[in-house]
Amino acid sequence: MTISSASDLEQPRLPSLPVKPWQILVLLLLIVYPLMVPDFWRLQVGAYALILGVIALSLTFLAGYGGMVSLAQMTVAGVAGYAVAIFGVNSAALGLGWPWWVTIPLSLAVATLFATLTGWLSVRTAGIYTIMITLAIAVAFFYLVRQNYVIFNGFTGFAGLAPPPVFGLDWRAPLPFYYLSLGVAGICFAAVVYMSRSTMGVALQGIRDNPRRMAALGFNVRAHRIAAYALAGLIAALGGILLVWFNGRISPGSVGVDRVIDILVIAVIGGLRHPTGAFLGAIVFVLLENFAIDLIDRERFNTVIGIAFLAIVFFSPDGLLGLWDKASRASRTLAGATKDWNGR
Amino acid sequence: MAETLSISQASEAHALSLEGVSRRFGALVALDQVSLTVEAGERRAILGANGAGKTTLFNMVTGDFRPTAGRIWFFGEDITALPPHERIRRGLRRTYQNSMLFRGLSVRDNLYLAAQGITRGRYSLRRPRRDSSELSLAERLAGYVHLTQWLDTTVSDLSHGQQRQLEIGMALAGAPRMILLDEPAAGLSPKERRDLIALLQALPAHVGFVIIEHDLDVALRVARFVTVMHNGQIFKEGTPDEIENDPDVQAIYLGGHHG
Ligand SMILES: Nc1ncnc2c1ncn2[C@@H]1O[C@H](COP(=O)(O)OP(=O)(O)O)[C@@H](O)[C@H]1O
Ligand SMILES: [Mg+2]
Repeated sequence: MTISSASDLEQPRLPSLPVKPWQILVLLLLIVYPLMVPDFWRLQVGAYALILGVIALSLTFLAGYGGMVSLAQMTVAGVAGYAVAIFGVNSAALGLGWPWWVTIPLSLAVATLFATLTGWLSVRTAGIYTIMITLAIAVAFFYLVRQNYVIFNGFTGFAGLAPPPVFGLDWRAPLPFYYLSLGVAGICFAAVVYMSRSTMGVALQGIRDNPRRMAALGFNVRAHRIAAYALAGLIAALGGILLVWFNGRISPGSVGVDRVIDILVIAVIGGLRHPTGAFLGAIVFVLLENFAIDLIDRERFNTVIGIAFLAIVFFSPDGLLGLWDKASRASRTLAGATKDWNGR
Repeated sequence: MAETLSISQASEAHALSLEGVSRRFGALVALDQVSLTVEAGERRAILGANGAGKTTLFNMVTGDFRPTAGRIWFFGEDITALPPHERIRRGLRRTYQNSMLFRGLSVRDNLYLAAQGITRGRYSLRRPRRDSSELSLAERLAGYVHLTQWLDTTVSDLSHGQQRQLEIGMALAGAPRMILLDEPAAGLSPKERRDLIALLQALPAHVGFVIIEHDLDVALRVARFVTVMHNGQIFKEGTPDEIENDPDVQAIYLGGHHG
């Protein structure tokens, strides 16, 4: 994974607004396509990919801009999910039953706090050690929820979780839930793109590229990194709440090591260089998971994903985004060559 | 002055004061019981052969590394335990021997980061406005180090000399009280060297600096007092004249050069 090239550190000044035609096309497609497909494509593919994309986006932000590869992002999402179940209503009759307008902000806050603590513990480390310590945190949380019955209901977890009927709409229904996911994903995506060129974002990228230099310019490197964990935590928490509504349930399996690794796989397959990568990776992952599994069984599926992961890391460290760049550069060169040739 | 000069009393009057500062790297003693004072607004040169411990001395002062023994005061405040960014915020600045610029960024962005590092709003989630004070400071700094034309040039496209100028521009952000310059003239052409000397001589009188310089001509032109280091210790201190004509110094450092 190359996450340290400074070249994508963007100019802090100009919001480069001119939206390209293909970007409008993608947006239109995202809005229109669920109207024309069966529920499976709205929920199991569309909404699910958007949600995983949001959680992966939190890692893209941390790793791509901050140079910190955290494996605890799914765990942060899980904390938010568990919080929603515990503070709100669930079928185990263990929930506190608080109203959604308390439950949701509170869950986001708890998960963001958890992410901040994770950051506080991890920012002393770098590289492989960050991966190890965040993995340790993820595993610890998995065992905690599995063994604790008083708060987390142990092995069973919680079921009967659904989005609240705000505005008299059934948000659990495929179309509304798709658009809810799209809305949250869109906001998170736009926020990360905007933030990447904010003072905080540029400082973070400076820290990624040369922390010692940044400290010698007056930046508190640790504090910036922890702040990045907190911001990424909020994004992961939003994804986590959507995920728990999508599944209708949460259990230790939802925050197990394989789920934790999935997020890394998604972010890396898509490419850490730009927020788009998270969603690109998510859609590929979800399609593979839905269709490859019909052809082969779960164990072999993991092998396929693992090999795909290795291939991507090996051939295109920038993930699918990198492949896309290579392809478009090649076609430009080709077009240029053709023009030259014609011109002569 | 034949013996090592050591002034070990930290007082408000000194801009910088080191007392018995040592630094080991494993078995290697890179810095051995160094005591040193620099007054406010003073321009000091540090000479010494490769490996004498000059850069390590800077790293102790800026906090890039911690000393294994000794204390450091900056304008009367004990900064030995302060993290680097806190020292910068108190008016200490440095340049690095090996360029430590953000090579993928433009000149403007490098200077912008330097300006932002010493002002509020470092955690702002908003994009800086075009007319923000940090961006206009960045432009003023570029003018000061003659890089206005290259504001939008990516650092990796700058010449070596321009990169050195940029390093100095970044060190001038905010209100520096003392700048540590680590071999700023290394690898410069004679003309660039003259420009650098002019730039250093034109710094406001209250801004002190300590310059590590191999080139005796540069060092002696900008400094009024010289410290010579050898084997991690302070070997000799004196005026440029005294140092230039000192036989011991010539023996360890200049011998081959001027012999
Ligand atoms: N980070 C480090 N790790 C190990 N040894 C170091 C480190 N920095 C400097 N040294 C050693 O300390 C001694 C002094 O180095 P330095 O301060 O860079 O000398 P100078 O700047 O005078 O050429 C050298 O022997 C060098 O190899
Ligand atoms: Mg050196």
